[in-house]
Amino acid sequence: MKQKGRFGDYGGFYVPEVLIPALEELEEAFYRFYEDDEFVSELEDLSRHYAGRPSPLYYAKRFSEHVGCKVYLKREDLLHGGAHKVNNTLGQGLLAKYMGKTKLIAETGAGQHGLATAMIGALFGMETKIFMGVVDIERQSVNVHKMKLCGAEVIDVEGGTGTLKDAINDALRYWTAHVTDTFYLFGSACGPHPYPTIVKHFQICIGIEARQQCLDEIGRLPDMVLACVGGGSNAIGIFNEFIDDKDVKLIGIEAGGRSLSSGRHAATLVAGRVGVLHGAKAYLLQDDEGQVYETESVSAGLDYPAVGPEHCMLKDSGRVEYVAAEDKEVLDAFELLSKTEGILPALESAHALAHLVGLKGKLDPETVVVVNLSGRGDKDVGIVEKYRPVKD
Amino acid sequence: MKTYSQVFSEVDGAALIPFFVIGDPDFETSIEIVKAAIDAGADILELGIPFSDPIADGPTIQKADIRSLSNGMTVKKALEFIKQIKVHRDIPIGLLMYYNLVYQYGTEKFFSDFHKAGVNSVLIADLSIDDADEVADPARGAGLDTVFMVTPNTDAERMKLIASKTTGFIYTVSVLGVTGSRNELSGAVEGLVKKIKGVTDVPVCVGFGISKPEHAKTVAAAGADGVIIGSKIVGLIEENLDDKDKAVAEISEFIATVKQALAEGPTQ
Repeated sequence: MKQKGRFGDYGGFYVPEVLIPALEELEEAFYRFYEDDEFVSELEDLSRHYAGRPSPLYYAKRFSEHVGCKVYLKREDLLHGGAHKVNNTLGQGLLAKYMGKTKLIAETGAGQHGLATAMIGALFGMETKIFMGVVDIERQSVNVHKMKLCGAEVIDVEGGTGTLKDAINDALRYWTAHVTDTFYLFGSACGPHPYPTIVKHFQICIGIEARQQCLDEIGRLPDMVLACVGGGSNAIGIFNEFIDDKDVKLIGIEAGGRSLSSGRHAATLVAGRVGVLHGAKAYLLQDDEGQVYETESVSAGLDYPAVGPEHCMLKDSGRVEYVAAEDKEVLDAFELLSKTEGILPALESAHALAHLVGLKGKLDPETVVVVNLSGRGDKDVGIVEKYRPVKD
Repeated sequence: MKTYSQVFSEVDGAALIPFFVIGDPDFETSIEIVKAAIDAGADILELGIPFSDPIADGPTIQKADIRSLSNGMTVKKALEFIKQIKVHRDIPIGLLMYYNLVYQYGTEKFFSDFHKAGVNSVLIADLSIDDADEVADPARGAGLDTVFMVTPNTDAERMKLIASKTTGFIYTVSVLGVTGSRNELSGAVEGLVKKIKGVTDVPVCVGFGISKPEHAKTVAAAGADGVIIGSKIVGLIEENLDDKDKAVAEISEFIATVKQALAEGPTQ
């Protein structure tokens, strides 16, 4: 490898020897193409006409009145596929095409990354396999069906808890045996180098747009930027452009699950300890000896025991504050945004909204808050219905 | 304490190296099985400490990890396990495991404690040569050999680098993929062993996908110094979970048969 892939002491590439040549090839290809004129213009064209960028920054007036500050939503939920995931799958898919790869594999939790990969597989005519835990397949069946409609094969992962962690395990195992012709399209800003760097590169458009939209439409920078954190791709995507704006407070919201004290959550940065999983050194939910915990969250996309290495560094430096929102607060926030704005947020994104609702009464009314609405909630209607049946 | 090089020089042909997950299916049975394997002719032991997320392992060893963990295996008990095995016989032991368990224990302390218990080397499946400095110095400092993997897609230059940091033996992975028994031995084995032998004098042991006495013979004939058999043997435990004596008997018999095949030398 040309680079160490470290964010402070975090990151690296802790993988079996057999995967090293594939990661080297990927690193080399990324640095060859990411600033290449043809690559950049093709990606820009697809981002605009296929994915629907730029996404709007929307002033959520009625929701704002409820919370008591000025809330702007970065509408990644309006992108094709219904989430920010398409930014990354278009970028990596195009990279796969430039590398001459013909097969894609990906892991998925909520199914948003799986769907975004299946779309790109169809777009570029590549054979696509999506690894998904059996628990997630059941709770996100609509996305499973969509992936199949796009021509992808969805592979059931039964091991472990049948969630995102296990899907990554099996995708890595499959890749080990098929490294020569298969491109692993990793979905979040975590995993082994160079993935955290690549995924971030394809997601920073969120923050670049949002910052400029604030200046153009509000006339100033926001006071706070909020994003949910599972692996951390939508969060690093929006935070990155604001890192040097020291007066902009950045808050990442993790999945508090049932509650932090119950131990049944996925709040890695809030409650974890440094360890090594899925190719990277990062905060990790684990027992004393290093066995990885089973996590729990109402949101499949945040139900993951590790986190992107750059977030670990940002936590230690104090530049970003990381907190957790519990399932109950998240479902409340889901309902509140739906009722006040007619926008169904993804349960993942609803974590960020839930934290903001918790700040009600503590913020100056002129406070400008940008929330990354990373995905739409259509996929979650069944889950919300289960927890909170709609009364006639 | 017996070393790898002593075994390689004593053994006629290739050394037989069975792999077990420590504590599979439970501590006592696992001790019994491993002792029986030694008595049946194992020359070196490759032992795994179970991990919740074994990404380099196929279904057979994943299930063994789960069996062992759900029956209460811990890193501390693994230390006790090794001490008990060493009382039975002074046989070289290589650990094959995942980095997080070493890291959480404290790398230097892990190496020191396990070396004292009788371990000769610690191969970390998810730590490549690029990050070897994190473990190589503390491992040598503790008196351990440093074993690393070479795979069929490792190029010659990298092979030399790996060989330069390896002592004990090079763990040669015979196929692109995870652990698991396979009906056919990879055709790449012979060329791979020759290629490694061309760049280093460090002994070469071959593992992954070796499941029959004929496979072991072929690997030995290709010039390997050792043959590592994991999933096939672990599978025998899985098949006989309701009858521990039968598991012990079948594993003993399998190891004796492979040992016999290796002693006969290559088929002409």
